[in-house]
This record gives sequence, structure tokens and C-alpha cells, in this order.
Amino acid sequence: MPKKQADTINKEPNAVLMQGNEAIARGALDAGVNFFAGYPITPSTEIAEILSEELPKRGGKFIQMEDEIASICAIIGASLAGAKSLTATSGPGFSLMQEGIGFAKITETPCVVVNVQRVGPSTGMPTSPSQGDIMQSKWGSHGDSPAIVLYPDSVRESYELTIRAVNLAEKYRTCVILLLDEVIGHMREAVTLPDISKIRIINRIKPTVPPNWYKHYDNNQKYLSPLASYGEGYRFHVTGLTHDSLGFPTNKASEAEEMTTRLRKKIGLNIRDLVQIEGQYMDDAHIAIFAAGIMSRAAKSAVKMARAEGIKVGVLRPLTIWPFPDDAVRKMLRNVDTVIVPELNEGQLLHELQRLVKDRADSKLIPISKVDGTLITPGDILHTIREVQ
Amino acid sequence: MANIPQKVIHSYLRHDKKFPHVWCAGCSNGIVLGSIIRAIAELDLNRDDIVMVSGIGCSSRMPVYVDFNTLHSLHGRAIAFATGIKFFKPNLKVIVITGDGDATAIGGNHLIHAARRNIDLTVIVVNNNIYGMTGGQYSPTTPEGAIATTTPYGNIDPVFDICKLAQGAGASYVARTTAFHTGETQSMVKEAIEHPGFALVEVVSACPVIYGRLNKKGGAPEMMKQMRDETIPLTALDKLPKEKTEGKITRGVLLKEVRHEYCAQYQALCDRITNVKGGPNAI
Repeated sequence: MPKKQADTINKEPNAVLMQGNEAIARGALDAGVNFFAGYPITPSTEIAEILSEELPKRGGKFIQMEDEIASICAIIGASLAGAKSLTATSGPGFSLMQEGIGFAKITETPCVVVNVQRVGPSTGMPTSPSQGDIMQSKWGSHGDSPAIVLYPDSVRESYELTIRAVNLAEKYRTCVILLLDEVIGHMREAVTLPDISKIRIINRIKPTVPPNWYKHYDNNQKYLSPLASYGEGYRFHVTGLTHDSLGFPTNKASEAEEMTTRLRKKIGLNIRDLVQIEGQYMDDAHIAIFAAGIMSRAAKSAVKMARAEGIKVGVLRPLTIWPFPDDAVRKMLRNVDTVIVPELNEGQLLHELQRLVKDRADSKLIPISKVDGTLITPGDILHTIREVQ
Repeated sequence: MANIPQKVIHSYLRHDKKFPHVWCAGCSNGIVLGSIIRAIAELDLNRDDIVMVSGIGCSSRMPVYVDFNTLHSLHGRAIAFATGIKFFKPNLKVIVITGDGDATAIGGNHLIHAARRNIDLTVIVVNNNIYGMTGGQYSPTTPEGAIATTTPYGNIDPVFDICKLAQGAGASYVARTTAFHTGETQSMVKEAIEHPGFALVEVVSACPVIYGRLNKKGGAPEMMKQMRDETIPLTALDKLPKEKTEGKITRGVLLKEVRHEYCAQYQALCDRITNVKGGPNAI
């Protein structure tokens, strides 16, 4: 660890001071995003501001729409025309976008929605941090639908996961959501961005068959099928109605079943590719802190302090929160008897952990919950660690 | 208005796909779609370059039947989707098919803002004065006093004049006709597609099965006659005495002017900041 610290602080001449929202804008540009439609909302607005300056210089398109509903629809439309598209919003805007997110999922249209979370419900506390949209990011749109949701914990990782979000949207042909904590969106950190030439950029697979043979929703290997763009001669149909493999509406139970299976399996069969989880000090831990985003940083500080006191405690942090990393979490919690779950909501990650440990009589879940717009501190977590050890 | 042979019209349909269509007997939607296809055939556009986008409702089912790039989107949002497509690929001809409820109630915000931007979309509003798909509820264009399933005692809501709304919001081509006037629809749609800016054509249509039945308008033939007799061409408006024009719907091209178009404005902005004519955004 000391070596890494020296590297970060002293030997990185290219380090720049940057806030999370700026890192997201940079990540989007480096991932190849060439279309942004959005509507101003705190605390995400810097993303739109930066892209309004950068996209016109690079051959990309920026448009400020009349509301968030229009924004999500515009990025889906642009994506069907071949764009790599992204929008950024926060709580109230994210709520407005839910119908469009469902449309992107059922039509399998790649796009990315960044949600810099603020305190809700409703207008709530626009400039204060919250992790209240964890469940909404999975269940917000009506009907069953798979979700890919990523959750960074730092400015640098905001950059990296934005690129990953765009890549996954292209690969899995779906709407990928990047959840950010307000404090990371607005926090400035010294970061050295990774060399972009070393990061793999994924572009959607294009059809190679003649137009007559093209199936917009072909159940080929792993359910990942090529996507043509409007204007390329394929003249396909896209609808939010339940549809067949050509994209035409259907009421047949067998075709409906095929479509929903496809949506479920393209995520379900690729869990290993989608899930990222980080464990720190977990090898000998009997207490684990399970935390995402900014809460994992408070947890890591608390763990260092607790370790200095000789307490065997570790941190488990999901970078992908949906699909929930069931198997990885189960495995890493095998030798743990107590899991502390600090989160800025009333127990959303806790709910998933309850599901995973419900068969284990020996394990305890201790929530630390805060929804008043302030953070749970390392001290708060340390206090709980001492209480339970 | 050129005469387009039936064979040519048929070539624009997706025969092997989802026919028979969903529309009721006597519905105007098929007639309107016929006029739209004739307009496109007359222009002889490459069908790979045409994107037809619709929202939700009876008329919004049109795209599924035609052999273009087609998008049957969300209720009210067709214009927002179309804006994304057109703005990203300005070389595509983007035609929006929408209804009175889709365009002026749930989608009213997108209609006025796309008109304000004067983005080069062709918006065809098929106005049957009712929500047909859901069984006959009143829309923003249901006449005052009319019966709908949600106005059992008569409608008290004042109506939107769709064309005035579009004009007021900034559209640069606005026209109105009816489904009865197939030739007029054809030439207006043709003109609207050719127009470099936000173009809206309101096509007054008939829903005999729901609106007609609830309001004792007779069947499809009677409602066709009403479209003929209860409308008046703009060109005749000043020539006829007031008693002959009162209460009648005006047909005709109500506005046609060339103003800065949104995608071109964006291109000019890109050229200005990059100092390159045709810039990186040139398509």
C-alpha cells in the first residue's frame, strides 16, 4: 500500500484536479459518445455543460431538450440512427425518464443514463447526497426488465465506469445506468486518467447479412444480435409493443415468451462479464462492511482504524449493483458472521443482502441508514464495528 | 398532383408482415396512409432514407405497414424520438405520424418545442377528435358539447386549433385538409416533406365506429360527406358570404415561409467554432 500512495501523490505528473461530473463527460467523449440530449438538473448539470462545449468541436451533437422525457426519447432515436448516446439527470428527471428506459430495454437500443443522485422523494434536497435510487434503477420502469447499473466510488472510477457503461450498452443493446453519489459528482480529486489507447472501446455489432435476411432480434449465441442503423438499407421496424424476431408486434404467447426470455437471458447468461466487485481485507475478516459509492470510502477509512485496533473487518464493494452480484457476495461472505451495511437510504442494498443470507442462521445484518442529506462518517461506522465485534 | 399507379403504392407495403391492419371498417387511417404513400412515391425518395416515426394511437399504427425505417414509439413522444434521429442524421427524411391526443395532449410539449426549433420534420396529425384506441375518450380536439365515453353529459373543454398552435409555436409550414380530400392531402404532404423546416399537416379524419356512433354522425359515407361539406378551402374564404363560411373548417396551406432550420443552424455553429467549412459535422 505505501508504494501505491507514493505513486499517486508524488509521481504522477499528468494528474489533474477534476470533479466526478467532469470525469463522466470526459469518459463519455473517450468512449465515443457523439450524441447528448438532456435537461438541466442539479446536481448533474456540469455533465451537460461540458458536453455542450466539447461535442460541437468533435463532430458530435448536443441538444438541450424541453424536458427529461424528451431527452431520453431523443437519445434512443439517435441511437437507432447509429449514435452512441448518453443523457445525464438526477432524481426527478430520472423518474420522468423511466418510461423511456423501459422502451430502450424492450427495443434493445443502446444508450446510457447517468443519474447523479440527490435526496428524495420528490424535489427533496437537490444539492445533498443520497443513495435512494438503487431500487429505482432496477425497478423504476413498469414490467419485468433486466438492468445493468454501475456505481463508481471515485472521480477516476467515474471516468472508467462511464466508458464501461457505454461499452456494455453497445454490447448488450440496452439502456445502461450509471449511478453516482452527489458528493462524487461535485468532489474534486487529483486524478490521472488511464491511457485511453489502452482501454477497449466496444462498438455495436453490425449486420453483415443482406437486408432480406436481417432479424433485428435474432436469438443467436448469447442473445446478442447485430443492430443496423436507420439509413443503412435495412428498413427494420421498432416498437415498444411485445414483438417477434423481426420487430413486428405480436400477441402470440410463444413469441412473447421468446422475447422476454431473450431480455432476461442476455443479462443472466453473461453475469460474469457484467459483475464487478471489490473486496478489501476480506481474507480473514469475520465482519464485513458492504457499501457502494461514497459509503465504501467511509467504510474503508473505518476498516483501517478498526484493523489498527486488531478487529478483523473487511470491505465489500459492488461496482455493478445490477445485476446484483449474488454469487460473488455469497462466496465472499462465507466466513463472515456480521455484515454492516451503511447506506444513504432506508435499506435498499440491505434488502438484497437479506435475500442472500436468509438461509444462514449464524449471520447478522446491521444496517446504518441516513436520509437527512448528510453522510455516514467513518467514525459512525467504526462505532458500529466496535459494538458488534 | 401526379397519379400514382396502384402497383407502385403496393410496393411500399410490407405485405408479408402484419396484415390485416388493425383499423375498423370505415376508418380514415388507410385513406390517409394511401395519400402519404402517393406523396412519397411522387417525390421518388430513396426509401432507405425515410424514417417514419409514430406515437401511440390508431393512426400511430401506420408505420408497421410500410416498407421504410419505422419506429412505433411511446405515447406522445414521437416528435422527441424524431428529433433525436433527424438531429443525428440530418440527411434522413423523418416523417412523424401522430393523432390529436398523441400530438396535442400528452405530446403537446414536444410539438411546440420542435416547432420552435424549426427542425426539419414532417408532422402529420391525423385528427379524428377522439381517443379511438382506448375506446372513445375526449381529446383536446373533441368539439364542445360532443359525447365521448368520458364526457357522457357533453364536452365542456374548449378545443385546440392544432394549426394555430403550430403556427404560434414557430412551425414554418402549416396546412390543413381532410381524409376526404385525398389529392389535397397528397400534395400537402409532398410539399411538407420538401419544406426545409418544421412542417405540420393536420388531416381531419373520421372515426365512424366510435366518434360517429356516439355523436350520431352516421356511418363512414356520411362522415365522408361531412368532411366535404363542412370544410372550405382557404382560397374561397374571402369570396363567399359570411353565412356560407361560418362554423366551417378551413382547408389549405395556412403558412409557408423559409426560416433558419435547426440542424443547419447547428452545422453553422460547428463550422464557426472549428473554422472549417462543412466542419466535422458535415454529412
